[in-house]
Amino acid sequence: MAKRPKEPFFWTLFSMGGVVAAFFIPVHLFLFGLAFPLGWLASPSYDSLAALLQNPLVRLYLFVLCSLPLFHWAHRFKYTLYDGLQIKHLNEVINVFCYGGAIVGTLVAGYLLW
Amino acid sequence: MNQAPPYRQHHPRWYRERISTYWWLGKWPYLKFVLRELSSVAVALTVVMTLIQVWALRAGREFYAAFEQAVRAPLVVALAAVSFAFVLLHAITWFNLAPTAMVLRVGGKRVPDFVITGANYAAWFVATAMVAWFILRG
Repeated sequence: MAKRPKEPFFWTLFSMGGVVAAFFIPVHLFLFGLAFPLGWLASPSYDSLAALLQNPLVRLYLFVLCSLPLFHWAHRFKYTLYDGLQIKHLNEVINVFCYGGAIVGTLVAGYLLW
Repeated sequence: MNQAPPYRQHHPRWYRERISTYWWLGKWPYLKFVLRELSSVAVALTVVMTLIQVWALRAGREFYAAFEQAVRAPLVVALAAVSFAFVLLHAITWFNLAPTAMVLRVGGKRVPDFVITGANYAAWFVATAMVAWFILRG
């Protein structure tokens, strides 16, 4: 039997990550990267954010928010390096860097949230 | 050109034109494509920021104060601003492609593209408002 190709699996992760990134990443970056640091909006207190983090659903949300978009990044960045810079000969290194990064990020997220 | 090409048995050499490494700089659609793909770097940076933030929140009050201090640094704010533009590029190009990826049929008729795109933008608005409400109400 022919070996099952892995590509569809990674493509699904890419696609789901793209959806999560499109819906939820902008608001996080806008609030915590721009609006609060620049004083456009009053920063939420440490206590209120720490309390939010106590909620298992919030932790699950943050886990998904961190994990899937990293696989989205891995896929896109890999092909940008392939096609953009035409460095196909570094295939293995790029794969390890991109998907390894996404897996490490997922593990870190899991460790931090549980 | 007086040298005969090396002969390989049963293995003809393919003709492949060399493409410049900077092929994507020549035309706006190509550049737009590469910029869209590179938006994923901004997505990854936001994830890294969020992970550091979660770590700081769990580490304690003084660590979170240090995080808040760090994101106020002009260089970090500048990086956040550029990343935000890329993240918006990702969201907009993603929602605009949604009708191509998701063909819906109702009663044998294809749902028009603008309905699917519009539904995605509406869902984006609701998702953003919900996340902001949870964060800001505290």
